[in-house]
Amino acid sequence: MSVRRLDPNQPASFAFTAENVEWAKQQIAKYPEGKQASAVIPLLWRAQEQHDGWLPEPAIRYVADMLGMEYIRAIEVATFYTMFNLSPVGEHYVQLCGTTPCWLRGADELKEVCRKHIGPEGTVSADGKFSWLEVECLGACVNAPMVQINADFFEDLDAASFERVLADLRSGKEVKPGPQNERHASEPAGGLTSLTNVGQETGTGGGN
Amino acid sequence: MLEDKDRIFTNLYGLQDWRLQAARGRGDWDGTADIIAKGRDWILDEMKKSGLRGRGGAGFPTGLKWSFMPKESDGRPHYLVVNADESEPGTCKDRDILRHDPQKLIEGCLIASFAMGAHACYIYVRGEFIREREQLQAAVDEAYEAGLIGKNAAGSGWDFDLYVHHGAGAYICGEETALLESLEGKKGMPRLKPPFPANVGLYGAPTTVNNVESIAVAPTILRRGATWFAGLGRPNNTGTKLFCISGHVNRQCNVEEEMGIPLRELIEKHAGGVRGGWDNLLAVIPGGASVPLLPKSVCDDVLMDFDSLKNVQSGLGTAAVIVMDKSTDVIKAIARLSAFYKHESCGQCTPCREGTGWMWRVMERLVAGDAEVQEIDMLLDVTKRVEGHTICALGDAAAWPVQGLIRHFRGTIEERIASKRGIAQAAAE
Repeated sequence: MSVRRLDPNQPASFAFTAENVEWAKQQIAKYPEGKQASAVIPLLWRAQEQHDGWLPEPAIRYVADMLGMEYIRAIEVATFYTMFNLSPVGEHYVQLCGTTPCWLRGADELKEVCRKHIGPEGTVSADGKFSWLEVECLGACVNAPMVQINADFFEDLDAASFERVLADLRSGKEVKPGPQNERHASEPAGGLTSLTNVGQETGTGGGN
Repeated sequence: MLEDKDRIFTNLYGLQDWRLQAARGRGDWDGTADIIAKGRDWILDEMKKSGLRGRGGAGFPTGLKWSFMPKESDGRPHYLVVNADESEPGTCKDRDILRHDPQKLIEGCLIASFAMGAHACYIYVRGEFIREREQLQAAVDEAYEAGLIGKNAAGSGWDFDLYVHHGAGAYICGEETALLESLEGKKGMPRLKPPFPANVGLYGAPTTVNNVESIAVAPTILRRGATWFAGLGRPNNTGTKLFCISGHVNRQCNVEEEMGIPLRELIEKHAGGVRGGWDNLLAVIPGGASVPLLPKSVCDDVLMDFDSLKNVQSGLGTAAVIVMDKSTDVIKAIARLSAFYKHESCGQCTPCREGTGWMWRVMERLVAGDAEVQEIDMLLDVTKRVEGHTICALGDAAAWPVQGLIRHFRGTIEERIASKRGIAQAAAE
């Protein structure tokens, strides 16, 4: 368990944009009548996206009201799930996987890069552009080590390629998510060992 | 070695287009209505005969699980819930299905839902898989537009709705009842069983929760026949399986292979071998973070399937193979997993909430050698007091890696303590 508290500095109010209100209605419609609380995670997530990547208390209340939930139930959800940031984060929020598969492949070096180029873990850099946090397994283990920056995974990193990604983000350059080496996805580097006889037209995916 | 013609996930690496048209070219949605026309009993029977065991870690027979659902509705709806909350350290196979072969999953959802009398299915995708979720949603939208799901899905006469849902970073939601709690809009705290989800699941209605891979292989099994699938692998451990090979190998990768492939062959054929050669191998975690590690002597000839790995006091789990070469501080590697479980315990059961923190703190001291030798047995005793004493298996999952470490590397731990003592003594003199 991790102990998580709401930030002492909170904005006065929160409301979804008109576009997000429409989107929220569509989400709620996915669940049966009377079960609209099911939409709490997607709605809190959208609120966080709208609010520069962190979730303030008024947004939690706003979502609870929208779903007819007691405030405490929505606050429980916001504090239980660790993807909800309860304090401000940088414009580029770096989540660095430190679990064993990434650690075996050099996650500690990536942490050093973060300390050097961003600052101490959990603090927003002076220019507001970055913050970073070590997180648990992000599920891209055969492309270790890796980080998630906002919505995108950056995989097959080493200190040099990670520094390059951070520098490009800092200077506003476009960056390419995914593996930062020659790999396309989860295939072995340097040549396929399977699926070599499967072409676009002749796929044998069970069609007989 | 498995031949390409027997591989199910022909776009595993996303080297081809993932969209519907290309997926149909690879055989997806071929004769789906005909499969459904054969009826519920035929589908359940074929799934049982195929020998498919759940691909999410526990290895429970899929066909049998489906047959637990009530035959007739008592007025409550039935639900299929797909567990795409892939979070077991080392595991990244469902991610490839979601982003590269989503139509296999969607077609599987329709067929499985029909077989269980469900008109609605939710796919619960882990929160961090934002791009994968977007891609899956796009694939679901395409399937709706093509009439493959929705009213009279794929011309089968079965009405079927499919919804993509997501979590927000809690490993525990991969446990099926925690997932259901989360899907209902609550904290992901596991429920006591019984009642089992097949009787009281999502919104109190009969529900089956299946792993992504289990559902995604079903259409191909039903098209090619149970005998084809059962003919691969070994008895009670049939078919093909997605393996994730990470850690100290030359070429980390995911690959679909036959169940029962020797571990050494898997690593050497597909992952370019252990860094520095096979003799440089120290240990392997064969099935994701929750299963006990195996020392090289066992890795030399162990087979990768449920029963073979159980026989060496480990498990196939999610078939996520984490390789450690001789440069690894194995105590630290396991201590990092203890930190993981401490972080991910939901806090509901005292043995797990307190025990995971306790185990982690002792593990950290063992990494530094800053402990008494007797504490190794005390730690082992604590793992036994957590294991089997919690509502869900997270407590077990936290205990097993530590037990595996002590079973195979007690000498290493003792040496670390002795050497720390030696340094301290030398400094004192």
